[in-house]
Parts: sequence; structure tokens; C-alpha cells
Amino acid sequence: MIGAGASSLVLEVENLAASRGLRILFEGLSFQLSGGEVLELRGPNGSGKSTLLRILAGLTRPHDGTVAFKGGGEDEPGRHFLGHLDAVKPSETAAEQAAFWARYFGREPAEAIKAMNRVGLSNREQVPGRGLSAGQKRRLALVRLLVEPRPVWLLDEPTAALDVEGRALVTQLVGEHRDRGGMVIAAIHGDGFAGSRTLDVSAFPARAVV
Amino acid sequence: MAVLSFFANPHRFMAASKWFAWGFTVLGSVVIAIGVYLGLFVVPPDAVQGDSARIMFVHVPAMWLCLFAYAFMVGASLVSIIWRHSIADVAAKSAAPIGAGVTALGLITGSIWGYPTWGTWWEWGDARLVSVLVLFFIYLGYMAIWQAMETPQKAARAAAILCLAGAVNLPIIHFSVEWFATLHQVQMKASNEFKYPMYVVALGYLALFGGLTLLNMRAEIMNTRAEMLAQRRQAAAG
Amino acid sequence: MSGSFSVFARELKLAWSGGGGAALPVGFFAAACSITPFAVGNGVENLKVAGPGVMWIALALASLLPMERLFQADLEDGTLDAYAGSGIGMEGIALAKTLAHWIATGIPLAIIAPVLWIMLQGPPEAALFVIVFSLIGSAAFFFFGSIGAALAAGMRRGGLLIALVTLPLYVPTMIFGAAGLYAAASGGEWAAPLMLTAAAALFGVATSSFAAAMALRTAID
Repeated sequence: MIGAGASSLVLEVENLAASRGLRILFEGLSFQLSGGEVLELRGPNGSGKSTLLRILAGLTRPHDGTVAFKGGGEDEPGRHFLGHLDAVKPSETAAEQAAFWARYFGREPAEAIKAMNRVGLSNREQVPGRGLSAGQKRRLALVRLLVEPRPVWLLDEPTAALDVEGRALVTQLVGEHRDRGGMVIAAIHGDGFAGSRTLDVSAFPARAVV
Repeated sequence: MAVLSFFANPHRFMAASKWFAWGFTVLGSVVIAIGVYLGLFVVPPDAVQGDSARIMFVHVPAMWLCLFAYAFMVGASLVSIIWRHSIADVAAKSAAPIGAGVTALGLITGSIWGYPTWGTWWEWGDARLVSVLVLFFIYLGYMAIWQAMETPQKAARAAAILCLAGAVNLPIIHFSVEWFATLHQVQMKASNEFKYPMYVVALGYLALFGGLTLLNMRAEIMNTRAEMLAQRRQAAAG
Repeated sequence: MSGSFSVFARELKLAWSGGGGAALPVGFFAAACSITPFAVGNGVENLKVAGPGVMWIALALASLLPMERLFQADLEDGTLDAYAGSGIGMEGIALAKTLAHWIATGIPLAIIAPVLWIMLQGPPEAALFVIVFSLIGSAAFFFFGSIGAALAAGMRRGGLLIALVTLPLYVPTMIFGAAGLYAAASGGEWAAPLMLTAAAALFGVATSSFAAAMALRTAID
């Protein structure tokens, strides 16, 4: 939960390197981030933004370096990972999928309904996944973040396929999360978030490989 | 633990392995030749089976080596999973075709031995034979994974998992075939007083295995280097 | 309970509703058994000799059919990433999905087995044995199969690799289950084969999740 321990929420990345196959995408990447901060990851396609997010989420193993999340207590602070795939099933309805994620995180079903309203899908509840547009699927993916509060948000192109209102929604959600003391790291193209730091991943290119 | 850099260790390996690779290969071949000569021409024929038993000097060490090669791969896979040492991946991958080949050799020579001895080319009741057949398929599956996966890194991890899963299951498979065989009461025994050429050939096999595996590993590393060079050239041009 | 249990419930619903879940494997099982007499001879004596064994093989192959899709869909649409990124253990996910698919498909296979048994001239009195052996055997086949499914996840046309990798793992279940079926058919000693088949199945259920989880973590890496 965010709140009391938020001020001590810290992410320390040291000398991080990532590889894809034989290529090293970036190396020597170090930064520190605190609760209440938003970090934008910038860089051209293929520079390693997604890979960096996946490493922070624990999905991909780094080639070198360390990642340390520290919160107030002994446990590692909880993370939410939103990849560029939406994890939307074609046969389940939007409401069913939101309800699933509420159950998955051990939350009340009412939370799912609240989240659906918040992301603007309340009039699409009974539509199966295959009937949703790309933007609607993206909104459905955001439901996970709202149904279960966790201090760290790792977002890969959260505004992809979203219209103007959708992008405004994401900006709002990110802003509210930051104000609560949460931490947001987002790979993003185009307009970013006000008051955020920026990390250009392409500024840490691989040295020539022997 | 940070992934050990692939780029540092292969240098040392390549420098150290050159003479061992060729040396073991030559030495192994010579020792095998000596052992086979002893087995074919020096040792008297078996009291029971006559000359046909001589094939055991090739067959039995082959069975030993196919198990040893798999044990080697299991060890390398464990190292790969626990310490993520990419040389271990290369070692396991390199040993597989040799292990598969010697397994096939063992199965074929076993079959050739079986015909004059028991009157059949194959014996399903023999737990060892059948377990080795299954082991052969595990080898094939292992090599198929290296071929089929998109990136060598993913292939390495998946192959290591398969290797260990196979190792855990092999004793069970052996036991189950043995249990099945007791239902059918098949006996198969061979005796020979002058077994020593078997051990000579076995040592030769071991050396040859070591040499060929090292040669395979060197080829694998050179391949990888060539690929990295090509990628760098592409990146520099584009 | 949240986490894996909710995944299990979801998977069960998806397996039953998505494309008629068990229809294809059950159809294959029935078809494979049906063409057996054309190959081994349609006399009663031939079928008594070949029937139980062929049925057991057909059960194993029918269990392999759902394996290709077991983890594929979740890997492709990012659901596996979402599960892993939420901090849940992959072992629970693998167990939950495999169990759900076994219930949706393996149990129907076991239920239809006695019908095919009688069609292959097996004694009807043994029908209960056939269901029990098929339940245990299909569980073993599904859980060992999940290892192959996880290893081949993310590959196009992973089916052949799954089969090659999984068939050695099937050998003990093959041996014990078929021995049990033959014993049930001839009124012989079926207790020992039953125990051994159950042991093989239990071993598969207990250990497959760990191997599958490792393979899944590799797939999303």
C-alpha cells in the first residue's frame, strides 16, 4: 500500500546492462528514483526501453548490474507491469476480465466496477475482448493498476492506441499515483508527463564488442 | 549474480583447449584401435558364444559412454542453470551429438550381438536396452530444442531444463522396464573371462569423447564469433 | 483464494467455452481407436491382444493434442507477462493451467474410454477399471505433457517438438497403465500396475510444475 512508507520508496539501478541475443542494448546505466517521482524513458525503437522495463519488472534477466527496490518495510515494494501487449482475452467480456483481475489480487468485485468506470469502459462491459478497439483494450489493461494499489508502476507505451481522452486519462492516473507517493517509470513517445525526469536509454549504447 | 560475460571466458577456453582437443581425439582414436585389435585378434573366443561375443568390446564401452556423456550434459546443464556460465551451455550442446552417436552405436552393436546370441535383433524385455533406446530419444529431443528455439540463449535454458527432466526420469524408466520385464521373465547374460579389451576401448572412447566435445565447443565458439562480427559490420554500416 | 486459484477458475472456463474444449481430443481418441481393427485385424482374438495397448497409446496421443495451446495463448497476448510482472510464482500458474485443462479434457477422455474399450472387445466388467486407469493415466499424460508445452511455448508449430520431448517422459505411465489394462481384461493382478501408474501420475503432478515454470520463465525472458 502506498502511504506511510512512501517517502522511503527508492529505486537504485547501478551499472545495468541488457542484451538481446548477441547484441548488448545498453550498459553502464545507473540512476536513482524516489517515491513521488515520474521517470520517462525515451529513445528510438530498439534502444532498449522495453527491455529496461522488463528487467525492472523481473521478467528479463539483466546482462550485468543491479536493481534494488526499497520501501519502508522489509518486503520489496509491490510492482505493476503494463507491457505493450494488453493481456486481453478475446472470448471474455470486459467486465469479466476486470472482475478476474480483482479476484486475482484478492480484491472485492466492486473495485472492478469502479475501475471500469474510471477508465471509461462502463458502456462496454458486456463486449467480448475481440469486440473492443485497440484503444479500449488499452483502457482495459489499465484496470489492473486501479484494482490493486501498488507503489511502483512500470508502463510500456501506456498511451499507445489511445485517443486524446485516453491520453488525458493516463496523464491523470499517473499524476494521481505520483501525488499519492507512488513511483512511475514509463517508456513513452510523444507528449510526456508534467514535472517528470527523463532518461534517454540510447545515451548508454553498447561499446564495441570484442 | 551478474551474468558472466561471454566475451571474456571463451578467450581463455580457446587458448587452453586447442592442443587438448586434437590431442585427445588422436589419442582416443589410437587407443580404440588398440583395444579393438586386442578384442578381435588377441583374446580367445568366448566359451559359450564364440566369436560373436567379440562385438561386446565395442558395444559395452559404447553403453558406458552414452551414460557418461549424458551425465556430463547433466552436470553442464546444472552449471548453466545455477551459475549461468555460457561455456557450460556450449559444453552440453557440444557433447549431445557425440552422446547420441555413441548411443546409436551401442544400440546397433547390441542388436548385432543379439541376433546370434538370442535369435532376435531386439529384446524389449531387456531393461537396459530399452532404457538406452529412450535415452536416445531424449538426446534427439535435446538436439531438436537447440535447433528449434529462436535465440541461442533461450535454447540453452530450455535444453538444460529438458536435460535435467530426462535425468530425473531415466531411473524411473529403467525401473519400469525392469518391472515389465520380470513379467515376461527374459534373461540375458554374457560371460567372458578375457574382458580387458573392453576397458581399453572404454578409455579410448572416453578420450575420443573429450577430444570431439572440445572440438565441437571450439567450432561453436568460432561460429558465434563469426556471427557477432557480421552483426557488428551490419550495425556499423547501417 | 486469489492468485493461482483465480487463474485456475478462469482457465477452466476458457478451456470449456473456447472452441468446445474437449471435442477435438475426444474425437481423436475415438477415431484412433476406431481405425485400430483395420490395422490389427478385426477378429476378437486380435483385438484382445492389441486393444488395450492401442487404446492406451491413443489416450496418450489425444492428451498431447491440447498441449500446443496450453501456454501459447497467454504467452502471445501478454497475459503471462502480466502474471509474472505481478510477482506470482510461475509454478502456481503452470499447475493451475494444467489442472484446469486436465479437468476440462482429461476427464472427458477417461469417461469415454470404457465405451471405446467395449468397442475394442474388452470385457464390459472391466469398465470401472478402465475409467480409473484412464483418469490416472490422462493426469500423468497431461502433467508430463505440460513440461513439453512449456519448453515449446512461443514456437510456431511446437507440436512435434512437444511430442518428441514428452514421449520419453510417458514411458513409465505407458508400461504400468497398459499392464494394468491387460490385467483388468484377463482378470489378472491389477493392483500393482494401478499403484505404479498412480505413482507415476503423482510424480508427474508433483514435479512437472517446477520444470514447466522454469521453461516459462525462459520463454518470457
